[in-house]
Parts: sequence; C-alpha cells; structure tokens
Amino acid sequence: MLQYDFMRYAFIAGIFIALICGVMGVFVVARQTSFFTHTLSEIGFSGASFGVFAGISPLAGMLLFTCSSALLIGFSGEKLGRRESSISVFSGLFLGLGILFLSLSNKQANYATSILFGSIVGINRSSIDILVGLSIFLLLVIFLLFKRLAYNSFDSQGAEYNQRFNKSISIIFLIMLALTISITAQIVGSLLIFVLLTIPASAAKYFAHTLKKMIVLNFLFALFGIWFGLVLSWVTDLPVSFFITVIEALIYGSAILKEHFETYQK
Amino acid sequence: MDSILKVTNLNLKIPDRTLFSNLSFEIPRRKLTCITGENGVGKTTLIKHLLADLSHDYEEHAKFMVSRDQVQYVPQLRSIDDEYPLCIRDFAAFGLKTNSIFLNKEAKEKLAAILSETNLTKIADRPLGRASGGEKQRAYLAQALCADPKLLILDEATASLDQTSKHELLKMLRNVMKEHGLTIMFITHDPELIAAYADYELHLADKSGKLINKGDKN
Repeated sequence: MLQYDFMRYAFIAGIFIALICGVMGVFVVARQTSFFTHTLSEIGFSGASFGVFAGISPLAGMLLFTCSSALLIGFSGEKLGRRESSISVFSGLFLGLGILFLSLSNKQANYATSILFGSIVGINRSSIDILVGLSIFLLLVIFLLFKRLAYNSFDSQGAEYNQRFNKSISIIFLIMLALTISITAQIVGSLLIFVLLTIPASAAKYFAHTLKKMIVLNFLFALFGIWFGLVLSWVTDLPVSFFITVIEALIYGSAILKEHFETYQK
Repeated sequence: MDSILKVTNLNLKIPDRTLFSNLSFEIPRRKLTCITGENGVGKTTLIKHLLADLSHDYEEHAKFMVSRDQVQYVPQLRSIDDEYPLCIRDFAAFGLKTNSIFLNKEAKEKLAAILSETNLTKIADRPLGRASGGEKQRAYLAQALCADPKLLILDEATASLDQTSKHELLKMLRNVMKEHGLTIMFITHDPELIAAYADYELHLADKSGKLINKGDKN
C-alpha cells in the first residue's frame, strides 16, 4: 500500500495532524471548550462553502470565517463559547449558511461531503506542504508561549489575575485553534478534526497527570487512530473517517472503563 | 506606619449602589491583615478594583509600594472539578516566572522547596482534582509562592474547609509570611481565625473602613 504516493502522503499527513492535535487537544479539553471546537468546525464548513460561492478558495473562506469567529469569541469572553444556548444558535446558523452558499454556487452535493468529511487519501503534495508549514508555525508558537498557554488553559481563574497579557493569550489560542481547524479540515474534514482535537485528549487525561505525558499520550492516541484507520480503510475499502472515529471512541471507552474500575476498587 | 498599600478617599460605585465613599486605609507591610465585613459589603469588589488600578498604573486613590507582578491574588472560586487531571506539581509550577517548556535546575529546586514548605511533596504527583479542600488551597498557595510575591491576597480561602484544615492553612500562612518576608491580605468571615492569627483587621462597614490592631502574633 505504501508504493502509492497518495497513501504515503496520507501517512505523512497523519504524523503532522497528530502532532498539532496532540498539543492543541490537551489545551482544548482543559479549557472545556470541546463544543465550541465543534461549532468552530461547522463555521469552517460554512466558510469553505462561502469561499466556493464567492469565488475565492475554500481555504480562504474557512480562514476568514473561523478566524473572525475566534476573534469575536476572544474579545467578548470565552464564556460565550461555553454557553449551551449560544452553541446551538451558532452551530445551527452556520450549518444553514453553509448549505445556502453551496446551493447558491451550484456545486454538487458531493462537494459538501468532501468538505465535511475530508479526503485524507486524496491529498496532493501542495496540501502536505501547507500542512507541514502550519504545523511548524503552530509548534513554534507553542514552544515560545507554552507555559502561558498552559496556565491560561488549565487554570483560567488563576491566570486571569496573575498572568500578564492573559486576555491576549486567550485570543492567540483561539486564533491557533481556528488555523488548526481550517488547515487540517482540508485533509480530514471539518467533522473529523473535532474528533481528533477532543477525544484522544479526553482519554489521555485518565492515563497521565503531567502536562508532558498528557501531550505525548494524546499524540500517540491520535497517530494510532489515523494510521490504523488508514490501514483498515485500505483493506476494507470503507471510509477512513469512520475507522478513525471508531478507534478514538474505543480508546476513550477503555479510558472510562479503567477509571471506573479504579474508583470502584477504592 | 510602614505600609505596602495606601488608599485615600476612594469612591467605589457599582451600577445600582455606592459601595464605598471616601474610603481611606493603609495595609501594614509584612503583617497579616484580615479584611472583614458583612456579605455584600464589597470586599472582593474592592480588592479587584484596587488590583485593576495597579495594573493600569492609576495611583490617584490607591498607592501600592509594589508592582503588579509582585502581587498574587488567590481567587475564591476556581473551576477545579473531580476530574481535573493535572498533578499538583504541574499546577503549582504555573506560578513560576519562566516561559520555557523545560524547567531549569534552579526552577526545579525552587518548586520542590515550595512544595515541601506547603506540605505537598508526598502528593505532588496526584491529580489536583482528587485532592481534598485543604490540599487544594495549599496547592493554590504553592502556585502563588512560586511567583515570588511581596503581597499575597487570599479571598475566602478557608470558606469550605473543616476546622483542622483552617488552622493548618493559617499557621502555614504565618510561617511563609515570615520566611518569604510577605505581606498578606486575607478576606474572611471567621472571627475565630481573626482572633488567633490576624495582626490587623480591616473592617469594612457603612461605606467606610477601619483598621484595627489585633496585637502582634509573632
């Protein structure tokens, strides 16, 4: 299977997606903004179809929509993004807008499914280059601001009073999240990126209790899901997104079981 | 008086009422001052207002003898639930003034010393979510101490603690105050704790405040 370029690209893309999700996912779960992340990926879908409708590229539309939403949430306070009702409103509204733009631009329905579900086995060299570029950029920002981002994510109340420029750090994080979603969605789809950003990290927190271990474990869970999903999809000829989601769900399920038995034994 | 904070003629209003008018007081340096007053008198609002002034270098009514970086505020509410995964050591380390992913030897030693001082060494690798109320407060204290503060402000830190943990925390506060040369402001309702541990009490009532000497506790 590795004799084919598109499979090699898919495996390489998997490493970088797992790297970004490994770090960003730990922060997303710590901030308890999983559902905002979901909304942001739907906003991404809406942006992509706007891009098609407006004649700019889907990626540009996605970046435009997700980054402006991130700025809006960042400036009005992240509580807005955690509020259940506002999540339903935004989520529904942007899915609706996405469908509207697609219908206005006369694209076929399969275009919508490719934005929503991605096509990791259909990527070319240039998407890999964009992905690698983004990964390097994000990892560099994370390297420089690691402690500030971690403080801001894991102890929002403490950081609010005791960390300088804390609000700017929140906004930087949300922009990083918007970038992550927009660029990886080109490859794995806007629905699956939500899975990779939240499920492995939710599982990792039951197995590891230091920041570094959580990030490493999260990376391994994400990478295992993507690679094993690719293999299973190759063998069975069924969609890779399905396998990745199932594998991540199984990892999460086993984490919950382990936690349950440990508490039960005490 | 050698004071760390001097407030003069401060007026503080919230949308529907006046909390304080012409409020003046001083907070003595290297002492433990309890901030007291009825629920709703505006203790927390006052502290947050003073800190905001300090952040914006606005010295008209409140003059701090320290910079904002040298003040650590331990808020009353923190969303640490049972499933909070991070261990106490990593949580406390957020206070360290470093940006790097990897702590250098000096930072590690400092963290270890503070964990031992706050009696957390044995449970440092446990998730904070599993810690008891008293252990959580000690972890918050450890995080604040990691930032080398000159002034430490704690908001109702003993509110949810049992009798033993309360006294343990206050004894620890008096001890770190001496060791680190700190000034402590402690918002509380608890008359027993004030009598036993406070050097001074700032009593807020009737839109005004009065500093009462509670006798030297050293």
